[in-house]
This record gives sequence, structure tokens and C-alpha cells, in this order.
Amino acid sequence: MRIACPYCGLRDSSEFNYGGDAERIRPDLSETDPEPWLAYVYERNNPRGPHREFWHHLHGCRQWLVVTRDTATHEISDVAMARDAMRARQSSGGRE
Amino acid sequence: MTHYSVFSVVRNALTGNRGWSRAWRDPEPRPEYDVIIIGSGHGLATAYYLAKEHGIRNVAVLDKGWLGGGNIGRNTTIVRSNYALDGNTQFYEWAMKLWEGLSHDLNYNVMMSHRGVFNLAHTPAQYDAFARRGNWMRLNGIDAELYNREETLKHLPYVNPSKDFRFPVYGSLCQWRGGTARHDAVAWGYARAADRLGVDIIQNCEVTDFLRDVSGSVVGVQTSRGPIRAKKVGMAIAGNSTLLAEKAGIRLPIESHVLQAFVSEPIKPLVDHVVTFGAGHFYVSQSDKGGLVFGGDPDGYNSYAQRGNLPTVEHVITEGKALVPAIARVRLVRQWGGIMDMSMDGTPIICRSPVDGLYINAGWCYGGFKATPGSGWCFAWTIAKDEPHEYNKKFTLERFREGRPIDEKGQGPTPYWH
Repeated sequence: MRIACPYCGLRDSSEFNYGGDAERIRPDLSETDPEPWLAYVYERNNPRGPHREFWHHLHGCRQWLVVTRDTATHEISDVAMARDAMRARQSSGGRE
Repeated sequence: MTHYSVFSVVRNALTGNRGWSRAWRDPEPRPEYDVIIIGSGHGLATAYYLAKEHGIRNVAVLDKGWLGGGNIGRNTTIVRSNYALDGNTQFYEWAMKLWEGLSHDLNYNVMMSHRGVFNLAHTPAQYDAFARRGNWMRLNGIDAELYNREETLKHLPYVNPSKDFRFPVYGSLCQWRGGTARHDAVAWGYARAADRLGVDIIQNCEVTDFLRDVSGSVVGVQTSRGPIRAKKVGMAIAGNSTLLAEKAGIRLPIESHVLQAFVSEPIKPLVDHVVTFGAGHFYVSQSDKGGLVFGGDPDGYNSYAQRGNLPTVEHVITEGKALVPAIARVRLVRQWGGIMDMSMDGTPIICRSPVDGLYINAGWCYGGFKATPGSGWCFAWTIAKDEPHEYNKKFTLERFREGRPIDEKGQGPTPYWH
């Protein structure tokens, strides 16, 4: 499996650390209802098919990426900087 | 159906082995059953104990592929019960006790070999932790022996004895009752024994959805071979649990990950126990045919692909070489990937689901093989009596909400680290 890092180009997956489900958003720290915290700590998307997930280019540029990867084939369809992906989500008003 | 015994072997040997009958039937699905179990791994064990212990024989086990083609055959054959957390300890020991009598119980030789499981410690702190674990096991009536460096190396002369080894062996904890069982016999044994008690095993029958009544209760399943109704439906499809549970509106605290395992070319007897490397994650045993059967960590990313990537292969084999340098030039002949239900605390879930009529057996991480008898036994109890047995009462879905996870490794909710 190779990941096309926007900075470094196509690199082997062994240079990256996996960061899991990228759709999960930490509740605001002032949140007092335990339900959103339960969901944040213990619930993840686990689709068979396209999955948006964090990868950290630890042995490269050290940037966090959001990778869209098919969990049934390991095929990668999109790689974006995590910062850009998160900003895009904030401007579109939360969950996509 | 033939009862297997020395007499049947001799009789068939004398008559050209033409007298053997099918080990189990291949029935058409009936329109309705008392209980449907989805998945023919732990599901076969569940069906067997439903019939044997609870007299519920109008049972179907559905599998989307062929029997033995899923996770039940994708194991590294290791059986042990060296767990240190309340709940796990008692459950896995009960599974171990069932293994001890399983061949006679099923009339099928599962080739259980109590050759001992050695967990190596490489630091004084790890040794202390193993001592604590061993004490916990012994207080629960489970055998455990703590060995220092010299004793360990005497038992395991093939393990790297060098003081220059990056992680020199410091000591070990051994469970002598642990060992290995033939990797596929448990599937064939439970299938045959369940079939003899009247359970229908229906292959190539993929469950696509649940049938619900007006109150929302599950009353059957929609399958690739048509709808089948049932009073109770149990799912035991580790690897794909979240996908099916979602159809019932349940979001399970589980991720699916790929774990690879390996078999080397057959060599003369070398590794006569099960040995685990404590400074990384590597476990090895030797099969009766001589192949070294080994594995390590999962690849570490969500996957349903049943195949992994090469960096993990290299990592696992490097650990093996570090631990047993003599195997450096042994060639690999087989490698495969299985999809694991990695739960958020590394512990399984066996319970009634929040939806009436649906029962969940999931989250086996990569420890499901040794648990098969105990898992089936407890799941059958839960389905038959609508309440958990003492041994699985802590394996609830609610434990996450209640703040009572059973996190054996203390890794927290990062499933691929368990």
C-alpha cells in the first residue's frame, strides 16, 4: 500500500502511522452530556468501502493527512492535508 | 451417520473405505426455526450447545460462504487461558476446560495438545507483571509456572540465549495446560456433532437484513436464499459484526482489522511448545506436519480485504528471527489474512442486544480460536435463558456506557493496539 502525500509524493505506507476514523469529532470541552462523549470515545465508522481516516506521515514530512481508502480493496481515492479537510468541514457546518 | 472409533476405522480399512458417510447433511433452509445462528465459526459451537445443553434442536446455522472458509479456519491454533482480569479469567478457563474433553464430547479428534504456552519476559518489570498474572491465575485455580532466565532457556534451547540480544530473555510465565489444537478440526467437529443433534447447517446463505415485526423485534432474517423466520436470531460473525448490527440500528464499539498469519516449510521438531516474544508481538508453535505456525500484530488499519501488506510480514518475521535465529533461512510456504472484530477494550461481547430477538457474539479481536467452546457454550446459555451465564455476564455491550471496560492490555480505546 502506498500513500500519495501532498508534500512528499507517493510513499510506502510503512512511513505512515495510522490515526483511525477521521469523521469522529471531539465534543466541545464544555459539553456536560455524557452521550456525545460516549460516542466520541467508543464509536467509530467501520464501513466496508470508502473510509475517511487519518494517517500521520511520521517518517516523512510529519503532516497529518485525511486519506479516503476503500477497506475492501485498500485502494486510495483521495489524500488531503488534515488541516484543509477539517477547515472544509468546519465551513460546511460540521459533519459531512 | 458413522460413529468414529477404532472399530469403524478397522472395519472401513478392511472394506476399502467405501463405508464412510457424509459428516453432515446439506439441507435446504426451512421457512422457520426456533433459533437462527448467523456465522459458522463460534455459531456452530453455539448451535451444538443449544441442542446438547438446552434441548433446542430446531436450529439453523447460516454461513455466507462454505463451512470453514471464514475466520474459524484462519487461526494460529493456540489454546490458553492465561488472562488476568476478572471476567476474562473465568471465561477463558471455562473454554480451556471444554477443550480438555472436546474430542470425546464431539466424537471428533480435535488434536488438543497440552504442550505448554511460554510467555517470555525481557525486563524485570515485565517479569514482575507476569508474576502477578501467574498469581492471579493460580488464585483462580489455573496452572501457571514462573521461570527465571536459566530455567526458561533450559526449556527453550532454541531461543536466542545471547546477552547481546537486543531484548535478552529475563524469564517467562508458562501455562502447561495451554497448547495447540488442529486448526480446522473444531469447525468439522462441531458441525458434525451439531448436525447429529438435528441442527441444519446451511452454507452459501448470506444474511442481508433482519425481519422485524411491528414492535421492531427481530423475527427472522432476509437471506440470499430467501427469508427465514425464527423466534431468536444470534449473530456470531466476528470481522463483519458492525455491518450486520447496523442493519438492526446498533452501532457496535468495534473496528475491523486484518491480521496476517504464516506457516513455514516443514522442518524437523524444533519448537515443542507455544512461545511468545514479550518485547514485540510474535507467537510461534510447530504443527504436527512440521511447519512453524506464527503471527504477530494486526496490520493496523481498517480492512475487510482478508489480505495484508508486506511491511507487516517483514516486521513479524524480523521478530521471529530475533527470537529464534536458527529459523532465519527457513522458507515461508503459506500466508493469509483474516478480518478481526477489534473491540474498544480488547474484550469480546456476548449478550442480548438492545433489539428484542437479537443476540450478539462479537469483538473477538484475535483471540477467538481458543475461546470457541466457551463462546458457543455461553452464547447458547444466553440465547436459551435470555440472561447471561456467570462466565459472560461482564461481556456486555453496556460496559462501555457504564465505564466498566475490560481492558486486559490497558491500551485504551485504540482497537488496533489490543
